[in-house]
Amino acid sequence: MRLTRAAKAILDDSDAYGVEIALRLAEAAGGAEVILVSMAPNQEVQGVRTGLAMGATSAVVISDPALAGADALTTAKVLASAAQRVGADLVIAATESTDGYTGTVPAQIAALLDWPALTFAKQIELRGAAVSIQRQTEDGYDVVEADLPAVVSVTAGVVEPRYPSFKGIMSAKSKPVEQLTLADLGLSVEIREQVVAVEDAEARAAGQIVEDDGSAETEIINYLAQIKVL
Amino acid sequence: MLTNCVILAEPQGGAVAPVALELATLARSLSEQVTAVIYDVDAQEAAKTLGSYGVTAIISLGSTDSHLPGVPVADAMREVVSTVGAQAVLVAQSYTGRDVLARLSVLLDAPVLTNAVMVREVDGAVVADNLVFGGEKVVSSKITAPVQLLAIRPKSIASEAAAVPANPAVTDASVSSNTKANRAVIVSSHVEERQGPKLDEAEIVVSGGRGLGSAENYRYVEELAGLLHGATGASRAIVDAGWVPYAYQVGQTGKTVKPNLYLAIGISGATQHMVGMKGAKNIIAINKDKDAPILQIADLGVVGDAQKLLPRLIEAIRQRVGA
Repeated sequence: MRLTRAAKAILDDSDAYGVEIALRLAEAAGGAEVILVSMAPNQEVQGVRTGLAMGATSAVVISDPALAGADALTTAKVLASAAQRVGADLVIAATESTDGYTGTVPAQIAALLDWPALTFAKQIELRGAAVSIQRQTEDGYDVVEADLPAVVSVTAGVVEPRYPSFKGIMSAKSKPVEQLTLADLGLSVEIREQVVAVEDAEARAAGQIVEDDGSAETEIINYLAQIKVL
Repeated sequence: MLTNCVILAEPQGGAVAPVALELATLARSLSEQVTAVIYDVDAQEAAKTLGSYGVTAIISLGSTDSHLPGVPVADAMREVVSTVGAQAVLVAQSYTGRDVLARLSVLLDAPVLTNAVMVREVDGAVVADNLVFGGEKVVSSKITAPVQLLAIRPKSIASEAAAVPANPAVTDASVSSNTKANRAVIVSSHVEERQGPKLDEAEIVVSGGRGLGSAENYRYVEELAGLLHGATGASRAIVDAGWVPYAYQVGQTGKTVKPNLYLAIGISGATQHMVGMKGAKNIIAINKDKDAPILQIADLGVVGDAQKLLPRLIEAIRQRVGA
C-alpha cells in the first residue's frame, strides 16, 4: 500500500526558502555556486527549474523506480551522496517537506557525511569558513555555530523567496540539469517502510453555525458560559 | 509485548519535559522494560519522576556542555540500545528529538517513523499511526528493521502515572563524542518572553490568522486571551508573514494543543493547522468565509468579520467579568 500524490511535482514552498537563502549567501560570499539537488519521481524537473529561474547555477535530479515510497533515511542517503558528488561545502535544506513532515532528512544527511547539523534555523550567516544560525527552540532561539562543511535546515518564513523574473525563467531553460539514477551514484536501496492501513479518523460532529448580524458576541458569550469558561 | 524499549527524556527548564512522561506512559504499554536516557537534569529527581511513570532504568549522560544534543546524545543512545537490546526507541517529535533520532537512524542504519500519534504492537511488529490530510485520515505504517525508531507528537498520548511505580537504577554514562559532526556549539540562548500560560499546556487557546487583516490587529487576540486567562496562538500563514514569532504556531509543523477551549479567529483551517488543534474539547471559530473548513469542525462557528466582531466581543466579556 502506498500514498501517491496525484499532483505534479513542483518546488515545495518550504524549499523555496532554502533556495532563497542559498542565493543570498552565495551573493554575499561573492558568487559561490548554488547547485540544486533533488530526488524526484520520473525525471521530474519542474521543481528545480523554478529554483534555477530564481538564480541557482545548475541542478542534479535523481530518479529511480527503486526509490518509490522511499523513507527519510533512504532519501537522505541519496541526497548526501549527490551533495558529495557535487562537492558541496554547505548543504541547505528545508526543515521538512509540506507533505511528509518527517523533519529528519537534513540531520540524517549530516550524519551520513559526518558533518554537523545546524537544524531549524530561522536566520543564517556565513562568517568566513564558519556558519552561525539562530536555531528555533521550544521557547525562543539559540545561536549555534560550526565550521564548514555543515548542513543547515531552515524553517519556513525566514525570508521572502524571490519570484523568478522573465529573464530568469528564460535562462533557466538552458541551465544544466544532470539526470542520475541510483546506479550512477553507486547506491542500492531497500525500502523498509510499509503502509499497512489507511483509515478515516474519528470525525468531529459539525456544530452550530451563526451569521454575525451585529450581535454574534452574545452567541459566543452564551457558549462560553455553557462550557463554564465564563 | 516487547522486552526492551528506550525513551529519550529530554530536559526542559532543569527537569524532564512533560512529553517525556507521555513517552514513558506509551513505552510501558509496549514493553516490559523501559530505559530512559536523560541529560542536563538532576538524575535523582528525574529518576523519581520517571519511575512513577513506569521507567525501569535510567541512563544519565550528565551535561552536553553547550553542544547541540543531536550528535552526542545519539552516540550515547546507540550504546544504550545495544547494551539493553532495545527493540524500539521513542523520542518526542521535537527539535531535539528529531535531531537525535536522525543521527541514531544513520548509526543503526534503521529507518524512522515520525509524527506518530499512537504506537502499538501487532504480532511482534511495531505499528505507528500518523494523521494526514488535516487529521482526516489515519495512516498506519511499520518498518522492517531490528530496532524501531519512532518520534511521537507531543500531546498525542495522555501521561498517566503507573499503578505500581518502578524504582529505576541510575547508571552514569558519558557523552564523549569527538566526531567531526559534533562541532555545532550553542553560543547563547534567548527566551522569547510571552505572557500568560504556555501554549501547549493552556486550558484556553486563542489563535489568530490572516483574517485579522493586519499584524497590528493581533493585539485583539492578545486582549481576548488575557481576559480568558488563555494562551495566544497563530496559524502558519501569519507566522510566515512575520506577524508573530514561530513559537506561537499551532499546527503540524508547530505546536499541538489540546485545550478545553480553542478559539480560531480569522483562520480558514488549512490541513496543516487542523492537525494541531482538532483535539480541543470545544472549538469556536470566527471566519468571514462560510465555506472555511474550520467551520466544519467548530462547535460554534460564526460567519463574520473578525475585525468587527472582536472589539464587540472583548467589550462584552469585559462587562461580564467586570474587568
